[in-house]
Amino acid sequence: MPPLVEVRNLRFRYDDGTPALNGVDFRLEAGESVALLGANGSGKTTFVLHLNGLLTGQGSVEVCGLPVDKPNLAAIRNKVGLVFQDSESQLFMPTVLEDVAFGLLNRGMNAHEASERAKAALDTVGMAAAAARAPYHLSAGEKKRVAIAGVLTMEPEILVLDEPTTFLDPPGQRALAELLCHLPQAKILVTHDIPFAHAMCTRAVFFENGIIAAAGPVEEIVTRFGWEFALERRKLSR
Amino acid sequence: MHHVVLERWSRGRSIIHRRDPRAKLATLLVFLVVLATAHHNLVWLSLALLAFLSAAVIAAGLPLAGVLARAGIVLPFSAVFAAVSWLAGDPGRAVALLLKSYLSALAVLVAVSTTPLPALIRGLEMTGAPRFLLMVAQFLYRYLFVISEEAQHMTKAAASRGATARSLAGSRSRFRAAAGALAVLFARSYGRAEDIHRAMLARGFEGSFRTLGALDFRGSDACFAALASLLLILTRVAIERAG
Repeated sequence: MPPLVEVRNLRFRYDDGTPALNGVDFRLEAGESVALLGANGSGKTTFVLHLNGLLTGQGSVEVCGLPVDKPNLAAIRNKVGLVFQDSESQLFMPTVLEDVAFGLLNRGMNAHEASERAKAALDTVGMAAAAARAPYHLSAGEKKRVAIAGVLTMEPEILVLDEPTTFLDPPGQRALAELLCHLPQAKILVTHDIPFAHAMCTRAVFFENGIIAAAGPVEEIVTRFGWEFALERRKLSR
Repeated sequence: MHHVVLERWSRGRSIIHRRDPRAKLATLLVFLVVLATAHHNLVWLSLALLAFLSAAVIAAGLPLAGVLARAGIVLPFSAVFAAVSWLAGDPGRAVALLLKSYLSALAVLVAVSTTPLPALIRGLEMTGAPRFLLMVAQFLYRYLFVISEEAQHMTKAAASRGATARSLAGSRSRFRAAAGALAVLFARSYGRAEDIHRAMLARGFEGSFRTLGALDFRGSDACFAALASLLLILTRVAIERAG
């Protein structure tokens, strides 16, 4: 079975000349959940923006067997659901329901069907009651759930979540973890939240200076790079 | 979380709220034309129009005093031009400027306070208003509060380090620092706009907005627009003839 994502020797430099990715190789298999770890500025977010063509670098990026290029962008954006770090930027429509239906309407679906599918997605994330509300009236956790509903309606094969636990309080983090555990899609989690990565992911890759410096089980990777204190702190607090 | 008064008002269920936005927009247009082109007995006409708008506010279940006060936001601007007219020896024009600007603002406020923004935008779109301008209005309304919150955070950060309005005004270098903060706010807003654009592209946006559902213009909406417009026109004719 071909991998869901296959990236070979991906390189990217921002317009101001700053190198962000210096030859990344990565594979994601069906059903996998992978954590992308690494310090700020190591290239994690830049990397995931390549997965649905929001950035284009040198090298090869394939999603579900399709090269990420202009002719395939629409198909690829249906397959890769990207949840941004700051939900405030992702929820731009006047009501929650309209925001969740945004991607479906762009796909050409009629308004009635889009509305029904959006309601079903809101129900999945436990936000059905908020359909008519304005996004800025929601709490950070609720916004994150609605943002996830917005990508779930597209029925993606891969969910990419950039810093999903940022702005969430502990109950919000727990609710998010429970929600994600029940979603069948393969997942890529960009995160600094080591306990969350440990709970959610089967393996981790560690970004350093725009390359993947190591890959393996989460605990092994965090120990190797001296990040195990995040896990130990959690054990101490117990 | 911000307390958005207009947003709350617009979600009512009164007979005025239930009217199709296009019916309200058509009536608003007639109102503005009737008011803008009036020259005789303007004070009496203004009082009659104020009575109609007040009746609409009461029928919509909105707080009359609150609506009347909020419409006054235009007065500082129009008062400048009114003062110039007064000083130029034309007090009639000065009074007309104040009356017309206040009543126009009040009429727009009544329309906006009784129509949720998505429906209002859709109504404007269906009446042929430029889609690009409507998109800008929609984003402005959505993110105005986010930007204002960022500005408040920056103000608090400055205040926590001893900055006050008086200290900023008192020194050129501090004033320069405040101007720099404004530039930072602009840069943050620009960054926010880029993030939003990426989020739109990630969900298949290709340049045109599609929205859920169509508006339903019923016979009652046509009756409302026709009767309200007729009432406005007849009122003006009657007051001008009486004068």
